Amino acid sequence: MTATTATDTQLDRGDPTTAALSVDGLCLAYTVRGTPRAVLRGVTFQVRPGEAFGLVGESGCGKSTTAYAAMRYLPSNGKITAGRVLAGGLNVTDMSTKELQQFRASHAAMVYQDPVQAMNPTLRIGRQVAECFQILGFDKSESEDRALASLERVKIADPKSVMDRYPYQLSGGMLQRVVIAMGLAGDPQLLVLDEPTTGLDATVEAEVLDLVRDLREETQAAVLLIAHNLGVIRTMCDRVGVMYAGKMVEEASSEELFEEPRHPYTIGLMNAIPRLGLRKTDRALSTIPGNMPSIGTDLPTCVYVSRCPIATELCKTDVPPIVPLGEGRWTRCHHSDEVSSIEDPDALVPPYQVGKDRVVELNGVSKTFRQRGHDIPALVSVDLGFAEGETLGLVGESGSGKSTLAKTMLGVHGPDDGSEITLDGVPMKGLATERRDGAIRAIQMVFQNPDSALNRAWTVRRILTRTVTSLTPLKGAEADKQVEEIAEAMRLSPHHLDMRPRQLSGGLKQRVAIARAFAGDPRVVVCDEPTSALDVSVQAAILNLLANVQHDERTSYLFITHDIGVVRYLADRIAVMYVGRIMEKGFTEDIFNGPVHPYTEALLSAVPNVDGMASTRIPLQGDIPSPADPPPGCVFHTRCQYAIPGTCDVELPPDVEVGPQHIIRCHLPLEELPTPVTVSISEKS
Amino acid sequence: MLRYIARRLALSLITLFLILLIVFSLTRVFPSEPARQLAGPFASEERVEQLTENLGLDDPLPTQFGRLVRDVVTLDFGESFSQPGVRVLDLIRPALWNSAKLVILSLLLVLPISIFGGIMAARKKDTLLDRSIVSFGLASASIPDFVSGVLLQFLIGVKLGWLPAVSNAPDDAGLLTGIKFILLPALAILFVYFGYIARITRAGAIGAFEADYTRTAYMKGMSSSKVIRKHVLRNALQPTVAVTGTQMGYLFGGLIGLEVVFNYNGLGGLIFRAATAPDFPLLQAAVLSVAIIFMLSTLAADLIIAWMNPRARLDLGDD
Amino acid sequence: MSINEPHDPAVEIVDMAAVARAPLEPAIPATDRKSIKRELRRELFRTPSFIVGAVISLFWVACAVAPGIFTKWGESDFVRNSDGASIPRASPRADAWFGTDTIGQDVFARVIYGADNVLITSPIAALIAVLAGAVLGLVMGYFRGWADEILSRVLEAVLSLPVVLLAIMAVVTFGSTRLVLILTIATLFTPVVARTVRSAVLAEAQLDYVTSAKLRGEPALFIMLREIFPNISNILVVEFTVRVGYAIFTVATLSFLGFSVGSASDADWGRDISDTYSLIQAGQWWPAIFPALAIASLVIAINLIADSVDKVYSS
Repeated sequence: MTATTATDTQLDRGDPTTAALSVDGLCLAYTVRGTPRAVLRGVTFQVRPGEAFGLVGESGCGKSTTAYAAMRYLPSNGKITAGRVLAGGLNVTDMSTKELQQFRASHAAMVYQDPVQAMNPTLRIGRQVAECFQILGFDKSESEDRALASLERVKIADPKSVMDRYPYQLSGGMLQRVVIAMGLAGDPQLLVLDEPTTGLDATVEAEVLDLVRDLREETQAAVLLIAHNLGVIRTMCDRVGVMYAGKMVEEASSEELFEEPRHPYTIGLMNAIPRLGLRKTDRALSTIPGNMPSIGTDLPTCVYVSRCPIATELCKTDVPPIVPLGEGRWTRCHHSDEVSSIEDPDALVPPYQVGKDRVVELNGVSKTFRQRGHDIPALVSVDLGFAEGETLGLVGESGSGKSTLAKTMLGVHGPDDGSEITLDGVPMKGLATERRDGAIRAIQMVFQNPDSALNRAWTVRRILTRTVTSLTPLKGAEADKQVEEIAEAMRLSPHHLDMRPRQLSGGLKQRVAIARAFAGDPRVVVCDEPTSALDVSVQAAILNLLANVQHDERTSYLFITHDIGVVRYLADRIAVMYVGRIMEKGFTEDIFNGPVHPYTEALLSAVPNVDGMASTRIPLQGDIPSPADPPPGCVFHTRCQYAIPGTCDVELPPDVEVGPQHIIRCHLPLEELPTPVTVSISEKS
Repeated sequence: MLRYIARRLALSLITLFLILLIVFSLTRVFPSEPARQLAGPFASEERVEQLTENLGLDDPLPTQFGRLVRDVVTLDFGESFSQPGVRVLDLIRPALWNSAKLVILSLLLVLPISIFGGIMAARKKDTLLDRSIVSFGLASASIPDFVSGVLLQFLIGVKLGWLPAVSNAPDDAGLLTGIKFILLPALAILFVYFGYIARITRAGAIGAFEADYTRTAYMKGMSSSKVIRKHVLRNALQPTVAVTGTQMGYLFGGLIGLEVVFNYNGLGGLIFRAATAPDFPLLQAAVLSVAIIFMLSTLAADLIIAWMNPRARLDLGDD
Repeated sequence: MSINEPHDPAVEIVDMAAVARAPLEPAIPATDRKSIKRELRRELFRTPSFIVGAVISLFWVACAVAPGIFTKWGESDFVRNSDGASIPRASPRADAWFGTDTIGQDVFARVIYGADNVLITSPIAALIAVLAGAVLGLVMGYFRGWADEILSRVLEAVLSLPVVLLAIMAVVTFGSTRLVLILTIATLFTPVVARTVRSAVLAEAQLDYVTSAKLRGEPALFIMLREIFPNISNILVVEFTVRVGYAIFTVATLSFLGFSVGSASDADWGRDISDTYSLIQAGQWWPAIFPALAIASLVIAINLIADSVDKVYSS
């Protein structure tokens, strides 16, 4: 491990004492049950003043740990075993407690992943923001005035009333602005953001990122941004470092990294995400076999050797050197010049014909919840249908009703009177418990969170066997055989069958969940954000799996996701939901080519783009309306930049067919409908 | 908020009604005949029958229950069976006051010590101090109140002679003397409750220490003591408040063993004597008092928690 | 500690606080963990508090089963000196380690013989309470609705009164036999267990595997027993051990107050204390203190076991 320090110093990064942040050979370990386990294995990088530096990597690579280490915040069982952190010339690792407090109060600030948890639920917002100023020495009333000014600075609507509110009364996006306001209190020179927008809706995320960008320009502070969403990194950062297993494996400018990666891991990551308008009919997604080594594993040579497609004997015996590739650019690999030989995977599925007939149809489906005496219409008159073998992507933000739609179709909730859900043309009962066996069997679900979706007390075999015996007429030995076949189709090895869910990784658990969904030979499978909780490389494998199975079994999917790249990749048709209503539905390419509904346009433009296209962002004013109190007329008119006064706020918009099976619910005439700005492979040569 | 209190009180009435029903049923199933007990072993059959009729004990059960409900509503519980001519309320009042005195002194001892211990244990989690506090608390909490009462009585009351071994303070005793006389039973209660309250506080404090908002406070550059004072305490003590509220019923009416050992006229002993006499009016009234105290204390605890944690107010009907 | 407490409401509230500790391990590869249950059991047997608690408890169980091993005097035997006279109220000495009581019986023997009264009723009562509470908790937590509301009111009514009080009234009414004692204590403990089980079931029922089971068309009984129950069984184990402690507490208090099982000459810790605690002031502490210490040691032992089980199985 010490050898790397020698090669690290060969790189000329610039004077560490003038850097906004200089991490130098940082080694960090957690003590678990008495033994220290290495988390960071010698991380070195610099963030120059005014620069935005991104750290990417999958879960467990140590990027968040590095961010917290920069502020010297370690968990009680963590210890820095080697290296140091300098910030603006100050030695953070060696500071006294008092100096550290001062450092955190005025020199550096942090923005957290979960703003809801980051605020004290028992104190008012104003008090918590004013606290930052009190720490700097201001008196009570001065602190309150400055707190109010901070809230205005982060563009919170009605800051005075927000000061009096409690955290539970604000949305995630607003709370994140408050956290940013608190961070700016001391005029910091370094801003550390740990996954600041994970968990926020796309439109809200875009606004928060805009805010960060504006503030960065205003204050000229340096930014260290941690994210696993590569689109966020690309749009926000000047330079990027890729981390794997506690080590940085590549560093480059944002553009260089995304266009021309030079480390096998980076290439694996880039090829695993659906980019540049990739569709499933173009090719499969690249996957990285295996798992990231766990914390504490001994990794004497190349950290990536066990999963690298171009690894040789040399990689197993010698520590890979740092290969400089230009100004501020390097990669840690023995074979950096051979990375272009890493092949793209083949075409995934031969194009097949989606069936003509509708398997499942929803006609005028509504669902209203009663809560504390209020009526909350979560779904309003939804019309949707699935053909055999088709993937229908469902996109929408919080409160759009996507999950409710899925659950109503499945029969977890009973829809309101007047709704009709048919299977092969025959209407089904609302609740799953009332449906006939064939209907129950026909529609199954893959849940978002496999920890919640699999019974922790059961073995995998039992989970699958029970599903088979419940849903199919098979019993006994025949059922066992079916279970083994399914497991094999999902690439689960036989010894996985006898394990319990907690012994499996996230990706494997999700495979089990998918296996269970398919165990009964369903006609339609609802996938509710099945890959949101998974790392990019694992997600790729799952998406490939889903596409393959669909081709073999001709199952239809209702695929719910917030990831536009994924939905473009996998879906044949897309439906866009807003406040319980379908605003648009059509074939995927038709939607991405345009014309589209104004909301769709805003949604597509809000997504941080991995491909570096400077798309004009459509800012959406205001918050998503609550389903309990929808705006009159078109529900979107309060935020729509094309809204026609007198029409959109009064009349319900019609469903207009703008192309084959492409329906847009809008008052605007066809020629005025917007076209989204995106990029596809055919355009980029 | 007012709506919540009203709703809680209404629900409490239902529960009180159920309690009354339970107590009533139990007493009417007694094989003994209170009239016979009252009349004495030498009374004639007619005398007993006469007494039974006077006391209304031969009326149909629903009538008797109705009478009980009326008594409760008018707060007139009539006269005691075991001490004829003495009004029930006059028996309850001094016992209630005695129990209250003991409870107040006990809480003044228990709460500060246990809360401090719990927070210390949480701060130095998994160190020797933490483990000692938890183990000691576990051990002392396991001992029945009368057992620790007897042990304390022996050690401190008799062997060392520092405090009076029996709690029979003279009627004109001043505050300090009064405290001296009930200090031993209060210490017994301290033993019993320290472990429980300290562990609950510890759990709450650990949760607060490990919470994101505490991390935020540290990241603002706040010193440790300020973080604890301003951010941790408010969140850490909520479970403690909740638990203290639920224990009031026991503290007022369940310390029978302790009251016997120290010869203290508290509510628990009163109920015990009323149950064994049997003295129905006294028993019903005393049990009801305990139940009402429980209702009020849990309501108070919930309100305090709502004050401490604004999000809890959501459940209380605040929109 | 108290008989009334609604076992650790702190657990519910605390669990909602986010744990900011950095994750100790990323996704666990399939091959690294073997039989977790066996490992847990081994860890339990290595915990010092469990060992101490188990040793003490087993000692008392041995006393209850075969008291003759530990003492040569029977419970009703009188300690006699060389010329046959009995020696009441003698302080601890060579042939009577704990001294003698008011009528000359050997305190040590009575302590040993007194173990069975407590140790027979408590576990049985606790077991019944846990089973009944589990059934109630499952039904209330899974079905919710008006059954839940009504039962909650009833449970709250029972919980608002101190256990000892209701136990006394029941014993006075129905007599102080072993069966009455067991059933009374079981009935009084059921609401506490039911409440704990109910909140655990509420949490489980929100998880997706229950939804998945409903989507398979599984009947409610199957979901409650085969899906949910296995995930709450460790809670029941902990509750059982805790309830045994409180049952011992209650039985001892009841016998102290005069409601003990068996004939007057039988050794019984609570009754022996109540017979002799007034002697303390006269300086004769041993007849009351030793049984008191016996009660204390047994309950501490049970609670040590309960605590270590809780710690090991909730990690």
